[in-house]
Amino acid sequence: MLFKSRNFDDAKTVLTVSDLTVSLPPAAKAPPVLNRISLTIRQGETVCLVGESGSGKSVTSLAIMGLLPKDALFVTGGKITLSDTDLLQQSPSAMQDIRARRVAMIFQEPMTALNPVMRVGDQIEEVLESHTSLSADERRARVIDIMEQVHLPDVERIHRSYPHQLSGGQRQRIMIAMALVLEPELLIADEPTTALDVTTQQQILSLIAELQEKHGTAVLFITHDMGVVAEIADTVYVMKSGDLVEHAPIETLLRAPKQDYTQNLLRAVPSLIPRAPRTAPGGDPVLKVDNLDMIYGGGGFFVKRPGTHAAKDVTFTVARGRTLGIVGESGSGKSTVARCIMRLIAPTAGSIRLRDTDIAHLSRAQLKPHRQHLQVVFQDPFRSLNPRWTVGRSLIEGPVNYGTPPAQAMARAAELMEIVGLPRDSLDRYPHQFSGGQRQRIAIARAVMMQPDVLVADEAVSALDVSVQAQVLDLLNDLQESLGITIVFITHDLRVAAQICDDVLVMQRGIVVEQGPAAAVLANPQHEYTKSLIEAAPGRAWDFANFRELGAA
Amino acid sequence: MLGYILRRILAIIPVMLIVAIFVFLLLRLTPGDPAAIIAGDMATPEQLERIREAMGLNKPLLTQFFTWMGSLLQGDLGTSLISGTPVTTMIGQRIFPTINMALLTIVIAVAIAVPMGVLAAWRHRSWVDYAVMSFSVLGFSVPVFVIGYLFILVFSISLGWLPVQGYASPTEKGFAEFLYRAILPSLTLATIYVALIARMTRASMLEVLGEDYIRTARAKGVKESRVLFRHALRNAAVPILTVIGTGFALLISGVVVTESVFNIPGIGRLTVDAILARDYPVIQAMILITSATYVVVNLIIDISYTVFDPRIRY
Repeated sequence: MLFKSRNFDDAKTVLTVSDLTVSLPPAAKAPPVLNRISLTIRQGETVCLVGESGSGKSVTSLAIMGLLPKDALFVTGGKITLSDTDLLQQSPSAMQDIRARRVAMIFQEPMTALNPVMRVGDQIEEVLESHTSLSADERRARVIDIMEQVHLPDVERIHRSYPHQLSGGQRQRIMIAMALVLEPELLIADEPTTALDVTTQQQILSLIAELQEKHGTAVLFITHDMGVVAEIADTVYVMKSGDLVEHAPIETLLRAPKQDYTQNLLRAVPSLIPRAPRTAPGGDPVLKVDNLDMIYGGGGFFVKRPGTHAAKDVTFTVARGRTLGIVGESGSGKSTVARCIMRLIAPTAGSIRLRDTDIAHLSRAQLKPHRQHLQVVFQDPFRSLNPRWTVGRSLIEGPVNYGTPPAQAMARAAELMEIVGLPRDSLDRYPHQFSGGQRQRIAIARAVMMQPDVLVADEAVSALDVSVQAQVLDLLNDLQESLGITIVFITHDLRVAAQICDDVLVMQRGIVVEQGPAAAVLANPQHEYTKSLIEAAPGRAWDFANFRELGAA
Repeated sequence: MLGYILRRILAIIPVMLIVAIFVFLLLRLTPGDPAAIIAGDMATPEQLERIREAMGLNKPLLTQFFTWMGSLLQGDLGTSLISGTPVTTMIGQRIFPTINMALLTIVIAVAIAVPMGVLAAWRHRSWVDYAVMSFSVLGFSVPVFVIGYLFILVFSISLGWLPVQGYASPTEKGFAEFLYRAILPSLTLATIYVALIARMTRASMLEVLGEDYIRTARAKGVKESRVLFRHALRNAAVPILTVIGTGFALLISGVVVTESVFNIPGIGRLTVDAILARDYPVIQAMILITSATYVVVNLIIDISYTVFDPRIRY
């Protein structure tokens, strides 16, 4: 793998952060959120800031921008210098002038980071209105120019569009255009590609690199994705609960991480190499889907409108105790298939045989006895548990609904808490008292309470940090082995799919383009789309867990 | 979009038809003889017969309904039993004071309440926020007539700045004279709407100010006033508009007390007089007009959403 190995010793220093300390209000009597952080970024350099959620990466970036939430976080020590300007000594209006002109920032969620009721062209132009005295014509010319630089197609049309009319990748290009239109010295990118598909991610990363080269911008790139880090970083800083634990040039850090924390972080990165094949158990398939079709919309009262063909002729079977991965990018139809299997929606055509019954077209009432055999774990553990219910109440709701006496269900819930690695008294607590990983364990326990035959995990680990992700994947694996559950694992992440799936089904725009054993599909893809997905996976040539190139045994 | 507006306008027809049926039945299905109800306890049999004849009450119900609907569609709302003048004329004389007052009230309320709400949300949990919220509670809980008389006491009697009562038409006497006389009643009416709209603005703004695009706007180095009014307020507009629209419809129909306190010849007082005198044709007409106001105002609100939020397309 080829790492960046440029030398920046002679380059001008753009940003120096020294001994930066950020604290909660004194009344909170809590340890500082950032503890004497120091870092340097030079002109043209890309510095990656990595660490798990809550490590203080975003707080660092907001402190540099002067955008810490007021009344909640305060800089209590240290210095932030941008070229020769001491940022912490600037008045609010001086800081306002520095933002976008000298330091700009792009954010994680292109879906929500743009104002939904303003045309995107106007949003870019607003930067110029706020910081320059250009005439309306000059401003427009500059906006069109930067939109072309970020390679947006059909610039005139997009200029007039609202954010909801653009794709995620296009929106992120708008964000980048907005950030770079004034050619700032420093660009802070806070997880800018985390919400994007791998192929889009690759395009956005190369766009940032291209513009950085062109304008000599210094980039502070915040991410938790070590694959991305391997691709783009010159220097890496590792953060852990408010402390900077280690920093080094990228190759040094990946080959010889010094701190235990860094080593663990790297070891947790799931490998792209598929898991060792497990022997396929005999017996009838638990779930058999044939020629599943799902068309959304269509109809119309007066005029017949064409619908969206979200899933087309999907056929697969899963045996007891096996894991099938459905892999694809957004819009591929993978979630539609999941919802059909769950019978949260009714498929347009085809059959879904659960054990011996075709549930594809059963009515609500007819479905009830089958529901308990099919359970789901959703992506966002912060929203999938009722915040006003205790964990215990959420867990026993299903079984009690199917006639289990509450006391018996509660006893089972307590056992399950231990199985998923949480203390028994968790049952009396509320979801907000748990971390994301713990909540996902609770969500899994809730599903397993029903003793399902099939567990559908819809992006169930995508919102978690890699180290937590690894633990939750292990938990799913253990549960599968002890209970013989069949898992349908929906994911966009090939690394995760490689770790947990026996079989893989790759979807693109509603069509299954390739399916087969994980080892075959991921190691030796046949279809162009699968190949492009694997090629777009960042850092794919590096074996993070063993600190060396892949295959260099 | 045009199709949507057309469909919404067509949908007014069944709604108004149901209201019309209800209004028609209101008199006919009240227990007892409608003629007796109208004529009162002291009526002679001849008087009752005359009333029946005049209102067509001796014909079959269906015939009565179609006759009534027929004249309704021609804009004939009947004749007042008390004064003998056509109801349309009576309402025509009274509606403009009410509409003018309602418009002035809403303008005043929005002008005061929206900045108040924005400020309270911006300075969340500061003394400004607490002051706005306290005022809001006060505005809700003090009855309109108390506020009205209090204003008269302070501004008219003690300070002598403004007249105690009366109304001047802006078209006949000029806008200054209208304002001079209308400002106190409008302020009185506005109090509760200021409270309501300020609360709604604050709540809606608080939600929007936590959004990612507000952080983006600040990261662009946009001035704070622009962040608040250009980015946040427009996104917060939909619930605020709803309250303003419903408020306006309520104003048209619910100005009874204020009109009585300030002696304004609007439809509020017309309705009170009609109810006291059991002037059924007038009461029926008032119900019809009030319903129509609500339906039309709601339509206008729904259409105005699309102006503020391009994501809303029907």
